[in-house]
Amino acid sequence: MSRNSSKIKKARSHVNQNEGLIFERSAPGKRGFELPPLDVPPVDAAQALGAGFVRDQIEGFPEVSEIEVIRHFTRLSTWNYAIDLGMYPLGSCTMKYNPRVNEFVARLDGLATEHPYQPAEVAQGCLRILYDLQECLLEITGMDAATLEPAAGAQGELAGLLVIRAYLESQGNARKKILIPDSAHGTNPASVIIAGYEVKNIKSNARGQLDTDHLREFATEDVAALMLTNPTTLGVFEERIAEIAEILHERGAFLYMDGANMNALAGVARPGDFGVDVMHLNLHKTFSTPHGGGGPGAGPVMVKKIFEPFLPVPVVVQKEGGRFALDFNRPHSIGRVRAYCGNFGVLLRALAYTLAYGPGIRQATEDAVVNANYIRNGLEPYFDLPYNLPSMHEVVFSDARQKKHGVNTMDIAKRLIDYGFHPYTTAFPLIVPGALMIEPTESESKEECDLFVDAMRSIAEEAASNPELVKTAPHSTRVGRLDEVGAARKPILRWKP
Amino acid sequence: MRYLPKSPSERQEMLDAIGVKSVEELFQSIPARFRLKDPLRLPGPLSEQEIIGYFRARAEENARGYTSFLGAGVYQHLRSVVPDAIVQRGEFLTSYTPYQAEISQGTLAAIFEFQTLMCQLTGQEVANASMYDGSTALTEAALMAERLTSRRRVLVARTLHPEYRQVLQTYAKHLGLTVEEIGFSGAGQLDTSALSSVSLADVAAVVVQSPNFFGVLESLPALAETVHPSGALLVTAITEAVSLGLVCPPIEADIVAMEGQSLGVAPSYGGPYVGVIATREKFVRQMPGRLAGQTADAAGRRGFVLTLATREQHIRREKATSNICTNEALYALAATIHLCLLGKQGLREMAAQNLAKARFAQAELEKIPGVKTAFSGPTFNEFVMEFPRSVKLINAELLREQMIGPLPLGQFYPDQTKRGLICVTETMPREEIERMVVSMKRILSKPL
Amino acid sequence: MYPADFRYTKEHEWIKVDGDTGTIGITDYAQHELGDVVFVELPKVGTKLKAGQSLGTVESVKAVSEIYCPVAGEVTEVNAMLANAPEKLNQDPHGSAWLVKLKLANKSEVQSLMDAAAYQSYVAEKDKETSA
Repeated sequence: MSRNSSKIKKARSHVNQNEGLIFERSAPGKRGFELPPLDVPPVDAAQALGAGFVRDQIEGFPEVSEIEVIRHFTRLSTWNYAIDLGMYPLGSCTMKYNPRVNEFVARLDGLATEHPYQPAEVAQGCLRILYDLQECLLEITGMDAATLEPAAGAQGELAGLLVIRAYLESQGNARKKILIPDSAHGTNPASVIIAGYEVKNIKSNARGQLDTDHLREFATEDVAALMLTNPTTLGVFEERIAEIAEILHERGAFLYMDGANMNALAGVARPGDFGVDVMHLNLHKTFSTPHGGGGPGAGPVMVKKIFEPFLPVPVVVQKEGGRFALDFNRPHSIGRVRAYCGNFGVLLRALAYTLAYGPGIRQATEDAVVNANYIRNGLEPYFDLPYNLPSMHEVVFSDARQKKHGVNTMDIAKRLIDYGFHPYTTAFPLIVPGALMIEPTESESKEECDLFVDAMRSIAEEAASNPELVKTAPHSTRVGRLDEVGAARKPILRWKP
Repeated sequence: MRYLPKSPSERQEMLDAIGVKSVEELFQSIPARFRLKDPLRLPGPLSEQEIIGYFRARAEENARGYTSFLGAGVYQHLRSVVPDAIVQRGEFLTSYTPYQAEISQGTLAAIFEFQTLMCQLTGQEVANASMYDGSTALTEAALMAERLTSRRRVLVARTLHPEYRQVLQTYAKHLGLTVEEIGFSGAGQLDTSALSSVSLADVAAVVVQSPNFFGVLESLPALAETVHPSGALLVTAITEAVSLGLVCPPIEADIVAMEGQSLGVAPSYGGPYVGVIATREKFVRQMPGRLAGQTADAAGRRGFVLTLATREQHIRREKATSNICTNEALYALAATIHLCLLGKQGLREMAAQNLAKARFAQAELEKIPGVKTAFSGPTFNEFVMEFPRSVKLINAELLREQMIGPLPLGQFYPDQTKRGLICVTETMPREEIERMVVSMKRILSKPL
Repeated sequence: MYPADFRYTKEHEWIKVDGDTGTIGITDYAQHELGDVVFVELPKVGTKLKAGQSLGTVESVKAVSEIYCPVAGEVTEVNAMLANAPEKLNQDPHGSAWLVKLKLANKSEVQSLMDAAAYQSYVAEKDKETSA
């Protein structure tokens, strides 16, 4: 079986270091950090706190030197794939370049060092950063007011739904249900429950778009809002978006937009213009803040004017004379969703990104859409395209053709690793059985896109000619496919001596 | 634009290959009336130097060079330069959730180590891969207690961080969960007589923080004895994780919700931080958030995967344990590296220095006429002092001398305007403590 | 394949009646569809269930399936073995890996369920659909 096919152009195997867990390197008396000497009299802890409050040494805690820590984590890092290594076409995740200057400014003395409770007189810089970002996001989305407090997209969804709920309650009826298309992300229904609503799933039509006849039927007076991702998780713009908003508004319900796919719209079209009432953004997607192995993110919420009084506290405001302040006096607010002012360090990176582009952000959007369509064009002869609609920033194929050889989307994804790429998103959205969801983003050159198309075509050929090779992939990684069943049946969730 | 890797002719080649004349054609599915005709009114584009200039200017408008005695859930601690150097490696910084385990072993192994360290620190059996922050971790812990007990009432100590209480209220409101508050004693601890007078038969959890918002340690063993017989759970919040270098871990708690900011994460005006939930092994299937687990490949090589994912929203959707989708992986990594460097001895020494410096500052302040310690309970690196006048007035004067004084408790407890919360960590030089005490003495000696 | 003395539901549960007691499990077809079972959640003894009500869940690595009670009754026993050995559900779904025993509220309800032959043709039909 040829494992390192000559067709693999982007990558080849190379040596990487073995490394155990840090606890296995530990030996009594080693240390990796020394404190400056204490400049006040020492205190006997047992006397100061009471013996009952003082703990013994922490059993099993590591004792290692600085160089061992450096080597340990550097070795671990070489086992990861990352955007900095190459294309990471994880659909719906917008894995774009994370500019280094963002990291630099986030660490500046006077920004990274600031305490959330310091008086506004000596926090004007932080407050202005928040205010400027708000203004930029409102301009990009066409909305009227914003909160930057939610710590992630899912928390933004919750905050947005609570704002809608609070508005409806102020009108006398909170209503009962939120409509969610079957193509939606799993956080949508989970957030609805916390907001105290019931989920009503609505089916997409044969074209993968929201069925407006269905919507008319389901948008009863019990419905508070529809949560829509636009472009949808198929990477397709909801052509009838205006009609959808109209149907909802006629019945006193609202249009909530999950802004996960804003990378297809920034600078080209604004949700506020096409009828969206409340939306959230994922700053770690469209606005380039690093994904960091799974977070942190930030999930600002943007609303139309009527919802402004209900935004979470505090709200960043500009006062007369140009000074900035946190406004806590918001009697209609839904309250807090997170302590302090949100993920400030993420927010300021997003502002750095926005300032780098300015109005030129449109070019990024265009390039993202060009890349997705270029890849679609290159792969259509080889993979099944279940919904043949115009693609925006991502394209969703299915594994229907490869299934005939017993090869599924996960197998193709794993084989892609051998070709030097991170896999696309597998098995989502749920309306496409065996989905291959590909989002290249604007950060990929033509050459990288060509290599990707080339790799996918080659895998399609392998699936027909040598399906075992694909089904047992990856062949070039430190570990092969791991036993997830064993991990779940008898969970080992921590190291033990 | 420097972030975009295409030349004009490459763009054209790609459009030709797609078979469209212009890029506008690719946006035809957006109704024409919604397509922007004019450029957005945004500042920029800025060069790298201009971006740095903008942020440097903002930093100058903050409290650079000020000495701060603020804590209240966010702490200044010494940090080695090592964690920051490592988390900026692209392999950690620019990767995502480790769904593809074969090319994410670095992140997964680090999470596994993080989970282990959090168990060791808290004395609990399992810990997750991290939550957004302490306030949301605490909220999720209360919701978890509700699921475990099928009870819908939560008792919360008023000594729990006020903003944590507010977040819990926001989440609880529409889930049919009642949140009631229990006051505090003269020791600055949860009022145990008030707790004993309440029936706990339908209570899901009693929630306390230790060290609490006043910096006072709660007596968790005694609380557990009151709480557990009724079938309610004891949920413990920790906002100052460095205390665990010296103070007994909350082993009596059923669920621990911790803010990990103290473990190597910059204050950064409130976030991003790293929340933690730790609990007993038997409760793991009701725990929210990601978990890494150890397993092996077909050749028997050790590896790590995300596991027990059926608890999560992407599978269980509306029936999930939580809507949380991300963790704070990068800061969990920073905390892991930080703790490995400190190690067994370093963490204990750091905690001991906090205790010594806070005690020194407290003793010096007590020498000022009219200033006294407000609560009698044991404290770690934060304590509440009572002053003869409003803390806000004192702070206004301290600010002129580039000092950010005690947090005015009146902000959160309206009847306590003359009390202030003071935090002194190992980062505070003795001279600065003395400078603050001298200023304080002078301010208070002046007539109002 | 499917025991003749069992009755079956469209959701792929089986029930075997002995006097007033019904033993409930999931079918071989169901375990095959689920893949490797990693966790089984069962109700407490004493729980009263209606026909069609969820009695618990069965989890594989990436899916959760509800198990519906075929007929009404009160739970008298749950299969404790499954807590530590969920894999038995893949190995012996019609035998040792039963889920719960019920004291039946109304024995005649069982008559409305499919017999082995009917279930056999029902799953054969399902298989045709998925391969089509």
